[in-house]
Amino acid sequence: MRKIRVVIAKPGLDGHDRGAKVIARALRDAGMEVIYTGLRQTPEQIASAALQEDADVIGLSILSGAHNHIAPRLMELLKQKGLDDVLVVIGGIIPDVDIPKLKAMGVKGIFLPGTPMQEIIEFINTNARSRNLKSEV
Amino acid sequence: MKTVTDEATPKRSERAASFTTISGRPIERVYTAADVAALDYARDIADPGVFPYTRGIHPTGYRGKLWTMRQFAGYGTPEETNARYKALLRAGGTGLSVAFDLPTLMGRDPDHELSLGEVGKCGVNVTSLADMETLFDGIALGDITTSMTINSPAAMIFAMYLVVAEKQGASWKKISGTIQNDILKEFIAQKEYIFPPRPSMRIITDIFAFCATEVPKWNTISVSGYHIREAGSTALQELAFTLRDGLEYVQWGVDAGLDVDAFVPQMSFFFNAHSDFFEEIAKYRAARKLWATAMRDRFGARSERSWKLRFHSQTAGVSLTAQQPYNNVVRTALQALAAVLGGTNSLHTNSLDEALALPTAETATLALRTQQIIAHESGVTNVVDPLGGSYFVEKLTQDMVDGARAYFDAIDQMGGMVEAIERGFPQKEIAESAYRFQQSVERREKVIVGVNDFVQEDEPPIAILYIDETAADRQLAKLDALKRTRSQADVARALDALRRTAKTKGNLMPPIIDAVRAYATVGEMCDALREVWGEYEEVPII
Repeated sequence: MRKIRVVIAKPGLDGHDRGAKVIARALRDAGMEVIYTGLRQTPEQIASAALQEDADVIGLSILSGAHNHIAPRLMELLKQKGLDDVLVVIGGIIPDVDIPKLKAMGVKGIFLPGTPMQEIIEFINTNARSRNLKSEV
Repeated sequence: MKTVTDEATPKRSERAASFTTISGRPIERVYTAADVAALDYARDIADPGVFPYTRGIHPTGYRGKLWTMRQFAGYGTPEETNARYKALLRAGGTGLSVAFDLPTLMGRDPDHELSLGEVGKCGVNVTSLADMETLFDGIALGDITTSMTINSPAAMIFAMYLVVAEKQGASWKKISGTIQNDILKEFIAQKEYIFPPRPSMRIITDIFAFCATEVPKWNTISVSGYHIREAGSTALQELAFTLRDGLEYVQWGVDAGLDVDAFVPQMSFFFNAHSDFFEEIAKYRAARKLWATAMRDRFGARSERSWKLRFHSQTAGVSLTAQQPYNNVVRTALQALAAVLGGTNSLHTNSLDEALALPTAETATLALRTQQIIAHESGVTNVVDPLGGSYFVEKLTQDMVDGARAYFDAIDQMGGMVEAIERGFPQKEIAESAYRFQQSVERREKVIVGVNDFVQEDEPPIAILYIDETAADRQLAKLDALKRTRSQADVARALDALRRTAKTKGNLMPPIIDAVRAYATVGEMCDALREVWGEYEEVPII
């Protein structure tokens, strides 16, 4: 069986990449294939990376407060590219009031500061699109 | 590691197999005279105010002057932040500290694609001199000191400050403050770089040279360990990389033809105040000793002012929890106390809500009150270096000194810090430590109250500062108006002169000041230099 492929991306201008790197490594240690895009990726670049890498999961690390701009644009681009079955999760600093909006646009998991890595790993294992099902269609 | 196994104190009487600091450093059960037997008081420790300044740079400590209570603040538009500054000064703050937003920090105007959603979010947006005039409206720059956390575009923002001071009638010879201007830690940790390392270093030496004669009371750089620590380093790595960065700047200054004692006294430092109380105190004491020794012995500095390491500290943002946020007040108080016992020269205390958002006016005031309580109620300011002579603190201080020197040697072997960064050495070391710490939290070897132990379900939410999108709209409208009212010809001429100077060895400060006077924007000035030098892109290291 193929490993779950995860693109970890850091959109926006922020360079605080501790969280992105730690989660990238934790997911890799949990047996997933992880592609870290590096810093300052536009939604366009992230969507292209997901397509190119045949990603099952996109993990965004956002601490700066730019999520209300970045998430809708990314979700729209994923739809356009036919990637709406890619699981999108966000880790970072997200005010409570923004969480329902992000969930409504299709962001499935939102992980706030202090979330155990294990919880994120389990969430991805449970919710990542199933490749076997997809190939049978 | 030595283990205690004698029968009188069996190991099983202890709660754990080993005890370590938050950085993973093993700690013995007890320290005795034997641990400090190799230390010579006059050579290694010495009285406060005496080389190597382990116990402090002032003979009178806080009996002479308290630390500067400098609260980092900035959000939204210059108008909003100006109001916050006036409130902080009214509440007894003794210096200002400007937090800029990400577009400003990255040299992008609000109308750039990458600024989308970022304007005014993590700090105040300053696009041109007009914004700087608003930011300090009604605040006399001749009477206060201002610290500005700005790195890649430090020269541009500093030039704006100088022009505002001049317009207020404050002499450049008399004004004081600090620009962070530390690009090495950006490559290492915080990643707010624009240009490649070598031209970036040249801007910094140009600022050293300019300020040595023109703005002699200004701190030209704040060599920062704060961000290195926040990125996940240990206390020792923070100390070692920061001090080695400092040595790198001095070397580049010397190589640019400057006399050590002409620019080193204007250098300052910035450390994290993290949670492991004694390890932090040892770190600050070690920093002073390392710097004094290196300046005298490695660079031949003769001025005492070059030997004395002055530093700002800030409590550890990364230690704040979103869970049970009121616990953060206690964390911050303990961290601040460590910084004070370590002899900090200025201090920022974080607010309890900063794991969630930028602080509200109320939480920012409480953070300042925390410092005032330490300063005026705790009694710790009555005596200089009260922990001096503690077997534990002196041993830990010396271990930090030795550990840092081992890192210096390794980095020297690579050819210096720029070369070490180019091969990703400090970046790898930090990523490794960050991951190791996360694992120890996951395994609950390190307890974080309210997060992996003592968890409380159903916490009531607290009110946070929510920055709406109108700040971006207002900044965009002002930028638009500016472009219609300023002389485009003057701007174009000034930017041309800047480009020309960048291609030669001339000092960059004069053409940057001219461009600022013409109301060129931060984005335009940085773009002019991007055209000449290109942009840096890192190879990410996980």
